[in-house]
Amino acid sequence: MNQLLRALFAPGFFASGPVHAALVVGAVVALVTGAVGVFTVIRGQAFAGHALGEVGSAGGSAAFLGGANPLWGFMGIAVVAAGLIELLGLHRPRARDVATGLVLGAGLGLAALFLYLDATSSSTTGVAVTILFGSLFAVSQQMLPSIVALSAVSLVVIALCYRMLLLSSLSSDLAAARGVPVRALGIAYLVIMAVAVSLAAETIGAILATALVVGPPATALRLTKRPGGALVVAGLVGVAAVWLGIVLAYDSYYWAPAGHGWPVSFFVVALVFLFYLVAGAVTGIAEARRRRHWETAPRLAASGCAEHPGDAA
Amino acid sequence: MNVLPDHGADDPILSVDGVSVWLSGREVLHDVRFRIMPGEFTGLIGSNGAGKTTLFRVILGLQASSTGSVLVGGRPLTRRNPIIGYVPQKVFLDPDMPLRARDVVALGLDGHRLGVPLGWRRRRQAVDAMLDAVDARHFADARVGNLSGGEQQRVLIAHALISRPRLLLLDEPLANLDIRAEGEVVALLARIAREQRIAVLISAHDVNPLLPVLDRLVYVASGKTASGTTAEVIRAEVLSALYGQHVDVLRVHGRILVVAGAEGPSGVTFEETDGAAVGPDIVSLR
Amino acid sequence: MVNTWIAATLVAVIAGVVGFFVVLRGAAFVAHAIPHGAFGGAAGAVLIGVNPIAGLGVFAVGGALGIGWLGRRGRHDVATALALVLMLGLGALFLSFSVEYAAAIYSLLFGEVLGVPSDELLPIAGLGIACIAALALLYRPLMLTSITPEVAEARGVRAQRIETGFLLVVALAATMTVPVVGVLLMFSLMIGPAATAGSLTRSPRNAIGLSVLLALATVWLAVAVSYLTNLPVGFFVGTLGAVSYGCARIWTARRRGRTATA
Repeated sequence: MNQLLRALFAPGFFASGPVHAALVVGAVVALVTGAVGVFTVIRGQAFAGHALGEVGSAGGSAAFLGGANPLWGFMGIAVVAAGLIELLGLHRPRARDVATGLVLGAGLGLAALFLYLDATSSSTTGVAVTILFGSLFAVSQQMLPSIVALSAVSLVVIALCYRMLLLSSLSSDLAAARGVPVRALGIAYLVIMAVAVSLAAETIGAILATALVVGPPATALRLTKRPGGALVVAGLVGVAAVWLGIVLAYDSYYWAPAGHGWPVSFFVVALVFLFYLVAGAVTGIAEARRRRHWETAPRLAASGCAEHPGDAA
Repeated sequence: MNVLPDHGADDPILSVDGVSVWLSGREVLHDVRFRIMPGEFTGLIGSNGAGKTTLFRVILGLQASSTGSVLVGGRPLTRRNPIIGYVPQKVFLDPDMPLRARDVVALGLDGHRLGVPLGWRRRRQAVDAMLDAVDARHFADARVGNLSGGEQQRVLIAHALISRPRLLLLDEPLANLDIRAEGEVVALLARIAREQRIAVLISAHDVNPLLPVLDRLVYVASGKTASGTTAEVIRAEVLSALYGQHVDVLRVHGRILVVAGAEGPSGVTFEETDGAAVGPDIVSLR
Repeated sequence: MVNTWIAATLVAVIAGVVGFFVVLRGAAFVAHAIPHGAFGGAAGAVLIGVNPIAGLGVFAVGGALGIGWLGRRGRHDVATALALVLMLGLGALFLSFSVEYAAAIYSLLFGEVLGVPSDELLPIAGLGIACIAALALLYRPLMLTSITPEVAEARGVRAQRIETGFLLVVALAATMTVPVVGVLLMFSLMIGPAATAGSLTRSPRNAIGLSVLLALATVWLAVAVSYLTNLPVGFFVGTLGAVSYGCARIWTARRRGRTATA
């Protein structure tokens, strides 16, 4: 048993302070992004979610310029961007798509500016890397209380608005008829999403944040049909991806090339993607089995339409 | 491009014979049979989810039927059948698209071909003639997404007619139109059917707007159909047999109401039966 | 400096044309994801000592096909998001192994328009012509599948193949422009001018023309200002795109308001 543990966890794993912090932060953030992300996927807002993350890199680099923790920068600009997307984007799909794209373009422009200024004003290199790709092991321990508090607030808000959000995601007309303030709810949701994306950006980097916000929820929605269950499954899948990613990243220090750890963010993203594919394969097999069961229903040879079999498939 | 050299004017343009369709273990259409002659105006009447769109997809060759045969212009089905024109249900013409009414009509001519269109003058003449035929010339250069529902419907009819079909399929073209636009679209279709001898098959959940122009109708309920003239089909015995429960047919001021009988649920129907509300109209196989 | 102008002009023409279809199809996310994800490929190519363009091409085409494949089995935006982060994650991995990565990332993401070597101009022009030719070939089915997909299906157009073809055009455009102008600039140039043109004109032909003109104006102005201020080009392109679209929207809204009251 000890041998097995030693093979899985490289020496010093359980004693390392940064590892402890990373495990805690990663789990908390994964739970929040899982819960928030289920609605992102249901509402078809993956692009907005991704845009908020990337736009956040402008805030992160600006915060670095001002000497603050990037998290506050991520969040400040992501909340502003969320408001802009909602303000610009009408309820037509193309207008919304364009509005998101333009906010993203402008945000990235700002990021270019601030990163450029970061690079010219300080001698430290690698700001861009930390902001864009993150590093879970570098999350400062002082930020822990803030991260936990923000996560708790987000979860409470999601819990409070759960039924309203579900109804308005299903049909905004139906929700409006029931007296749900659909517009205000939409803005509130985008703000919560901005907070969740910022937390993810702090953990795995601004441009990879989408992985945690979209991946585990999409996986969960493939595995379970119940929305409440999806929230929990998404959280668990996210925690699994982050923790496994941390273990692998810690172990990778002993892999080739020796003495060089692979980035945690890479492992987290790769695991999230892998989980999504596996979930698709699992449900695909179940679906095929169910369909084969149905096909045993009376189904005589097609005569007039036999010239294009498989057209419908 | 005469695709029907051996096809006489007295043969049916569409004959559906004993078509059944199974989707996900459910029989969506059962033993459907009817014929349409050239120039005939036929209504496909049934509630939402009764199987109307599925039947259209079978006729278009997009959905294989489990049994039965369909002949279009006397020939078995093929995909991309040039003698069928199609106006789908609920086309969303986004006001954000830079697209004029005439661009939509022109796409009906050759939108499925590769390459950029050549021969601008000839195309323009063809498009203008088509726009005149559907009374859409005065908004030909307006942004199509900003037109009213009735105007958009006329543009879509022109989009389907410009490839010179012999059979025009329209899926719920009257849904979401106000009463006046409804009347205009029906009159336009009747005129086209008569003048150009194009057979029209139009689906609707309410038969009343079509009553003045219908030659025949096909009534769909619970996947089963009855066809014939209005007087033959819309009778209490026929519809009760289709619905599998007693229904009454009331005629009030020339309008028809189909009402569930005493033992069924009360109220005006086109009642959904056996949970067909999420039925075949919505199911797509992709 | 002359090279910069020529490169910027070529890129603007391509972005203006491709962008029209991106906006028409509501495909901004894919148009962002393919060039952005391809950046990971460039990082990999640098690591193993190959021409970054090869890496970009492999990732861009792989991303386009992957998004098409995943999108058939799940939600399209989810597929795009996950394909994108996977490519970027690989990029992060490759970058962590290379030595001077900060500068490399920066130039790939945000572009180094002010230093374009002359031998890169010909390949850009060639690939650009290929892109525009491919779009001309796909023009009608792309329009038809965007407007009445059911009719396209009934006419025998394989919407899936058309979509894949379109994604490959975006991939091609990304491959040749990203090493020169960066991810950000290419994306901003595809969305801003095309969206502005779309809200100002009514016919597709005029929209494409105006989109190219606006893209040219945007990029020339941005390069000039960037040259004078010494600040990154991407910043100016991104802001100009958003500002021009905002102005167009306000203008059309006011014009509509005036005709309504008249």
